[in-house]
Amino acid sequence: MSDLTIDAPRQRDIARAGRLLFGAGLVLLVLWVLVPIWLLMVNALSAPSEVTGFPKRLWPSFDLASVRFFWNFQGVTAALWNSVQVAALTMVLSIGMGAPAGYALTRFDFPGKEFFRIMVIMTRAFPLPLLALPLAVMFIRTGLDDSIIGLALVHAMLALPFAVLITYSLFSGIPVELEEAAWTLGCTRWQAFVKVVLPLAAPGIAASAVFAFVISWNEVFAAAVLTIQNRTLTAFLLQSLNVSPLPLKFAGGAALVLPALIFIFAVRRYLFAMWGIANR
Amino acid sequence: MAEIRIKGVAKSFGSFTALHSVDMTIRDREFMVLLGASGCGKTTLLRIIAGLETPSQGEVWIGDRRVDHLPPRDRGIAMVFQNYAVFPHLTVFENIAFGLRMKKLPQAEVDRRVNRTAELMHIEQLLARYSGELSGGQRQRVAVARALAMEPDVILMDEPLSNLDALLRLEMRAELKGVLAESKTTTIYVTHDQVEAMSLADRIAVMNGGYIVQADDPVQVYRNPAARFVGSFIGNPPMNFLPAERLGDGRWRVAGQEFAGPRAGPARIDFAIRPEDLGLADAGLRARVRVVEPLGAHTLVTTDVDGHLVRAVIDSTLTPQPGEVLTLAPIPDRIRWFDPETSAAIP
Repeated sequence: MSDLTIDAPRQRDIARAGRLLFGAGLVLLVLWVLVPIWLLMVNALSAPSEVTGFPKRLWPSFDLASVRFFWNFQGVTAALWNSVQVAALTMVLSIGMGAPAGYALTRFDFPGKEFFRIMVIMTRAFPLPLLALPLAVMFIRTGLDDSIIGLALVHAMLALPFAVLITYSLFSGIPVELEEAAWTLGCTRWQAFVKVVLPLAAPGIAASAVFAFVISWNEVFAAAVLTIQNRTLTAFLLQSLNVSPLPLKFAGGAALVLPALIFIFAVRRYLFAMWGIANR
Repeated sequence: MAEIRIKGVAKSFGSFTALHSVDMTIRDREFMVLLGASGCGKTTLLRIIAGLETPSQGEVWIGDRRVDHLPPRDRGIAMVFQNYAVFPHLTVFENIAFGLRMKKLPQAEVDRRVNRTAELMHIEQLLARYSGELSGGQRQRVAVARALAMEPDVILMDEPLSNLDALLRLEMRAELKGVLAESKTTTIYVTHDQVEAMSLADRIAVMNGGYIVQADDPVQVYRNPAARFVGSFIGNPPMNFLPAERLGDGRWRVAGQEFAGPRAGPARIDFAIRPEDLGLADAGLRARVRVVEPLGAHTLVTTDVDGHLVRAVIDSTLTPQPGEVLTLAPIPDRIRWFDPETSAAIP
């Protein structure tokens, strides 16, 4: 009897140890994410002379010399513009294809539905380096190499699974009765979608679009392999990192990370929804 | 004219048959209730009439048009859903006006109809609100107003009161009856609540296992069940059943007592009587009391008659004790008989 029960002080100890472990894990995770971002920002926003200095200051000196140097660096603005174009096109392509697929997965039963869902995820299982060479050869043959649209197609392929999954969970959250009510009130299927489903799903679709934008914005491998003249910012920085001074690297890194961070923060609620955590 | 005729409508989902060849006519302006337990096919039938489900076979006629191939918007129907389906991104006004705008009615007519139906449902002061700012009962009113504003030939209601709490349900039930009688539309109303069905219906269609077992006016359904299932499903507490043995010449032995019954039929049939049709008397069924439940207006006694459970509703001034033996006499013309093989009533 008595050897099965744990006395109260011991129970308290276990509970305290558990809390401690949980707290330590939390701190570790937060540092894991925040330290690199802090390092990037401190160096990017400090004077070039401070970048090589040590120890680092907690707060940057807000000397914009590095950033100015980066901005005026040969080819940066062109690369930035390429990045925006590719990312925008990726956004349009992945939502244009992903949202209808997400809707179909929610509302229709069709043969091979489960297989299709697995295949959508499977596209992420192929390592991009494996695909890059055949893709490059194919792109050169078809004349898609070194073009905005060519790169956007590859990025759309990378963003598509997320677009499908996010919109799937979005549409699943809209009761089918709302659509049925619209049909009985005089709507065709398309009108019901436009008048009822779309207004309710719009914020989430926008979030999914932003996520696609960020995926393209951050992608470096395909961009580096498939473009030569029309490099995106990531590919451009990768190419010039070896030969550029340290302050430029940090400023470039910050320029890449910042938009992605802001966008993801803005749409975090909908990304949680994708992972099955209720968004309200 | 909006008479609804359903001819041989059947529906299967894969290997599951939800509806077996249903035939039914719902008269113009009639209030028809489809009543049954969940999974009996009542909602499937309603959705087929609405056009939200395609029948596997059969025809649906509304008025003199065959509609089973038409989309919902071309059927002249309006529907009220169980979860109300009030559009959350539109105000109450725009919700009620939704169908009218689809019809491209002039603004003045839209205003007139929205205001009239809102007044009818007592939601005039809510017209500027969104569904998130409404209670369940208010949403229900919006859903009904939205259907009425369409001025449809047929209103279809799918368990519209089941999500409301008991008091509100009672209030809405009476109100719906008044409003729908006024509107003079044909109504088909699906529910699993027999009290709701009895109180609202001109006619009740009792469904079981994908069949319509009986379609008749409420009192007929209650008094003269067409099948054993109807007797045991309708009425609270339900009908009592006891086995009966033929003695010949229209005489039957039930729990050691003799009763007059049908002259035809098999040798073994079921004797049935409603609990309130059993009275205390000097001669009758010997019933050993098991449980006594005083309910105020009357007292419900659960007894054991020859090994079978029999419930009786008696005057609440009487206070039998458990273990006591009562003599229960059935009112002769309230006794019903059923064939245990087919479960059908024997006249």
